[in-house]
Amino acid sequence: MNATGAIQDHIPEKFDPAEVRNLFPALAREVYGKPLVYLDNAASSQKPQAVIDRLVRYYSSEHSNVHRGVHLLSREATDAYEAARKRVVAFINAPSEPEVLYTRGTTEGINLAASSFGPLHVGKGDVVLVSHMEHHSNIVPWQMLCETQGARVRAIPVSDTGEIIYEEFERLLSERVRLLAIAHVSNTLGTINPLKRMIRHAHDMGVPVVVDGAQAAPHMKIDVQELDCDFYAFSSHKMFGPTGIGILYAKAEHLETMPPWQGGGDMIETVAFEKTTYNDPPHKFEAGTPNIADVLGFASAIDFLEGVGQNRIAAYEQDLLAYATERLSEIEGVRLIGTATDKASVLSFLIGDIHPYDAGTILDRLGIAVRTGHHCTQPLMRRFDIPGTVRASFALYNTFDEVDALAAGVRRVKEMLG
Amino acid sequence: MVANGTIRERAHDIVEEFGLFDDWMGKYEYLIEIGQALPSLDNRYKTEAHRIHGCQAQVWVRPEMKNGLVFYEGDSDALITKGLVALLIRVLSGQPPQEIVQADLEFLDEIGMKDHLSSTRRNGLASMVKQLKLFALAHTGSA
Repeated sequence: MNATGAIQDHIPEKFDPAEVRNLFPALAREVYGKPLVYLDNAASSQKPQAVIDRLVRYYSSEHSNVHRGVHLLSREATDAYEAARKRVVAFINAPSEPEVLYTRGTTEGINLAASSFGPLHVGKGDVVLVSHMEHHSNIVPWQMLCETQGARVRAIPVSDTGEIIYEEFERLLSERVRLLAIAHVSNTLGTINPLKRMIRHAHDMGVPVVVDGAQAAPHMKIDVQELDCDFYAFSSHKMFGPTGIGILYAKAEHLETMPPWQGGGDMIETVAFEKTTYNDPPHKFEAGTPNIADVLGFASAIDFLEGVGQNRIAAYEQDLLAYATERLSEIEGVRLIGTATDKASVLSFLIGDIHPYDAGTILDRLGIAVRTGHHCTQPLMRRFDIPGTVRASFALYNTFDEVDALAAGVRRVKEMLG
Repeated sequence: MVANGTIRERAHDIVEEFGLFDDWMGKYEYLIEIGQALPSLDNRYKTEAHRIHGCQAQVWVRPEMKNGLVFYEGDSDALITKGLVALLIRVLSGQPPQEIVQADLEFLDEIGMKDHLSSTRRNGLASMVKQLKLFALAHTGSA
């Protein structure tokens, strides 16, 4: 059996959220004696049984350390681990396997790019351009880089609807920008940024682009060649896979010049006290025993996503988003934060003057899991002059009934706190 | 408002009051009411020095020593959090510092609000309790 297993068998022929739901055991549980309404998918999604089974199968009968082992178990584990990489290569349409690096997640991917690629391009007096809607994970690594390099971070402003102000982006690009770091989809607003156009403009100015794809990968087909991005980071756990594993796609031309980030086993060719030579990418950037089990689980999650069909998922989620937007908008006093034309299924809102923490606490007691607070986007909260938002984020297993439950919950919050 | 009685007696009263509600919603509505009834802290005291960190909501507590007893005022921009602040003030304010340091605050469990004490709730109730006690501890010698 290959790395992925035969989970296609379990996926319903026609997309039926009720059936898809049955593939996720966690969704069957109750909280406070009520059915769980899980609307915190932008933070992390639940896992289908096939992914859980894959982890169990690996640890039950397939576990061994990868690479260099001459025994059968090690060879099998290595084959499955590298087959999973091929799976990811196809999933994001990367040109080749060495351009797909395993990481712990999006954050580590961005840190790798900032630490290894950053100093090659960003020097004294230079600018790293980010947007005002970035997650802290796509701000702080660049601030750390700028601190050591004597450079500075500048932010592209965001409109009241939560969209990049494009003219400002173009204007800022004319400054000493050496790198653009931008989210594909905003975790707080749901805005889908016009990446292809932005990347083209950045490249016209000789500026490489690092994309935080954490919120995009679960919702849409990613094609790194079509985007022409230089780096693209994303996480398995937001797309129905295990925690602790992610991907950094990087163009081969960059990986050739980038120094290794962490030293250790697997990333070397030969080690001597006089001089150590490094392995080729991707292994040059994967020091130490990797997260083998979660790599295999991630491959199962990709099978699941592609089995259901990314276009079908996107279409269904857009219906859910439209319905939720409509249901919440009809409640007096509800204010949506992030009303961009192009959005993923993320809905941030405030209910009158009610503090998001209060709203989240009551919704929790009603069995509705949402996220409240600044969502690791404090600069964006300051931009909108709000303490935080209540954020409902939808995945393919959410239902229209759950949207109704959310709307009823919001009305209850208003009754109790308004 | 300064209630009479020891910490234990005041906590007992609160447990009895919450006992009148048989579901979570009644309890929370009562907690919200208690929060609304707590006088707001004067804006000039809403400073970094009085801020309790670790909260998703903003929380301020202003302690003061008077005649060997510790008095607290507090506020929050979230009502549920403010209700919890009010409960702590009602139990602890006007007590001798030594008593405050030793208070077990089990009543929060008994009224069904214990999970707010968990650090993962990010409402900072745990750090709030710590701050209230730290101030009392610093003044245990002056009682």
